[in-house]
Amino acid sequence: MSLFAKNQQLRRVLYVLWIVIAAVGAWGLWQRAETGHRLANYGSYVPWGLWVAAYIFFIGLSAGAFLLSALVFGFGFNKLERLAPYALLTALATLFMALFSIFLDLGHPFRAVNVFLHPNFGSMMTWMVWLYTAYFILIIAESVLAFRPLLANQQEGLRGMIAKLIGSANGYTDEQRERDESRLKILGRLGIPLAISFHGGVGALFATVVARPYWHSALYPILFLTGALVSGGALMLAVALIFGDDMDPAGEAIQMLRKIVVGLLAFDLLLEWAEYSIPMWYNIGPEAALMKEVLFGHYWYVFWVFHFGLGAIIPLILFMRAPKSAPALITGGLLTALTYMAVRLNLVVPALIEPQLKGLENAYIRSRLVFEYFPSAMEWSVLAGITALGAALWYVGYRLVLNRERMA
Amino acid sequence: MSNPVTRADVLRGTAAAAATAFVAIEAIRNSVTARAAEAPTAPDARSYRKEIRWPKNKVGLLERMHADLERALKKPVEERHWSMAIDRRKCVGCDACTVSCIAENKLPPEVVYRPVIKEEIGTYPNVSYRFTPRPCMQCDNPPCTPVCPVNATWKRPDGVVAINYDRCIGCRYCITACPYNARTFDFGENYTGDQNTRQPYEEAPSFEYGQRRVREDDASPVGNARKCTFCLHRVHVGMLPSCVTTCIGGATYFGDVSDPKSLIAELAGRPNVTRLKEELGTKPSVFYLD
Repeated sequence: MSLFAKNQQLRRVLYVLWIVIAAVGAWGLWQRAETGHRLANYGSYVPWGLWVAAYIFFIGLSAGAFLLSALVFGFGFNKLERLAPYALLTALATLFMALFSIFLDLGHPFRAVNVFLHPNFGSMMTWMVWLYTAYFILIIAESVLAFRPLLANQQEGLRGMIAKLIGSANGYTDEQRERDESRLKILGRLGIPLAISFHGGVGALFATVVARPYWHSALYPILFLTGALVSGGALMLAVALIFGDDMDPAGEAIQMLRKIVVGLLAFDLLLEWAEYSIPMWYNIGPEAALMKEVLFGHYWYVFWVFHFGLGAIIPLILFMRAPKSAPALITGGLLTALTYMAVRLNLVVPALIEPQLKGLENAYIRSRLVFEYFPSAMEWSVLAGITALGAALWYVGYRLVLNRERMA
Repeated sequence: MSNPVTRADVLRGTAAAAATAFVAIEAIRNSVTARAAEAPTAPDARSYRKEIRWPKNKVGLLERMHADLERALKKPVEERHWSMAIDRRKCVGCDACTVSCIAENKLPPEVVYRPVIKEEIGTYPNVSYRFTPRPCMQCDNPPCTPVCPVNATWKRPDGVVAINYDRCIGCRYCITACPYNARTFDFGENYTGDQNTRQPYEEAPSFEYGQRRVREDDASPVGNARKCTFCLHRVHVGMLPSCVTTCIGGATYFGDVSDPKSLIAELAGRPNVTRLKEELGTKPSVFYLD
């Protein structure tokens, strides 16, 4: 039985939390539908804000979770076998959240189809869209194969409908299992370069912009990939301990995942040190000024409190000092995963707060022609709505496919 | 007894008189521009200095640029290269170009194509101001076009970087890629709030890219990236960009830089020419005279 099924208090807290987030989110989504972009705080000089950061945050979680599942399906990494279906479902739900975030960020969301009708393959954005479309198809195909045995012989209700749709309503033979496993192996192996290319591609989307010295770094795609693995792995640690059946915090799967997350977190900090220390060393040049702004400027706490403190140091202490305690691992995992949003915000926004030409900030003064940004209530609420929808999607999948036991 | 004069007769007579006047004005204008076109276009230094003096000679210079324009329009589009020069020593920072651009293109609030950057240089008592009008640079190697995922922005054969409003998805990648902050996003805002309180000037159509568009909620160019077009819709009918004709200091020049006889080509060859952020290799078609 999972911790979630055993602990009624935990369930209540999570349900209430979801209702609050969903209510705020419903208001935000309604505002977005009614007023378009008019209530957003981004402008023409800071054209990307919270939703773009949320997009790379969610897509990172998706790629990270997916890569863990791919280790199992593609390479038979059995130590993490129990986590694989959860990772796949998480990858699917967070991919939906990412796509919905960026869909709402577009000026003409329904024209997104133009990326397929009139693609410009010279643009990193086109590659990103095409690659994550392929990734989406691959994840659906993998889910069908991985969830088939879990829904074998299901005939009734929504579960029965899904079982029929994925072809296991009338039983699941060993022969089918063997065939599906070999297919999963191929898809898992295909998925690894795909996930690496599309998430590295998201990093390259920023890194290739010559006009922004802050982004224009060859480390960016690597930072994005490491970040995906750290945040996705940490989220899976918490998800597995809360929702996994009889998941032993001292067991092989959790301990392996803990070690992976600790190692990646340390590597991520090393990359970050390189990214910040080199341009800042002599305290000269446009990047140094922007990085100083990130570390010691108006929003210093995003880096120091949310990212460095809550997202890296405290989880590292928890993972190292209480390696077999479920509450410590859950707290550490959630902290690392959720505060990674701070890293994503610091990747996107600071590059945009410096005028490209000195004096432009005073040339034509309007509220959207400023070089500063803090998300509006509508933007935060929309993010809440996307989170609530993604969590609901995940939970429905979890209850239908992964966990059908009665709650205590 | 003569026939009584009817209202129709009066109207016919007025129309005929107006048509005659129009034809006469056009004839005079054409003869002036033709003369200007035939005029020597590579004056010696003294006559150049005399000619370039503004605003005393403003009309002469405008006529010359008109003549250059008409000559360019006779060429195939791929043989023209529109270019703009801005003399920063003459710019007085009046913002007339900013305002006329907004009026010409019916720009909503928060969208601006040509702000004027004002920089204070030096310390008291040795202080001066420098003004830098900043239209789109219409780069020959534009960083904003290759990033567009849907080919909605491209470099035209005549050098202008254009946007297809009906294809643009509003991702704003091009805005981040421009090293001059020369693109803005249309958030769908209006000067007077919602549709019920909207004023007639906000309902007036815009003719950017030769397309007639009346502003409507959620219809392009709302939700699109926008930028200066060198007033292509005016240029194509033989008119100079509105920022050129309204510049009270006579600091803005426009023309076909590929025509060696044009004023703009002459200016482009001067030793005091600078371009913004040349080191990036964007090759702007807008240059400054310092």
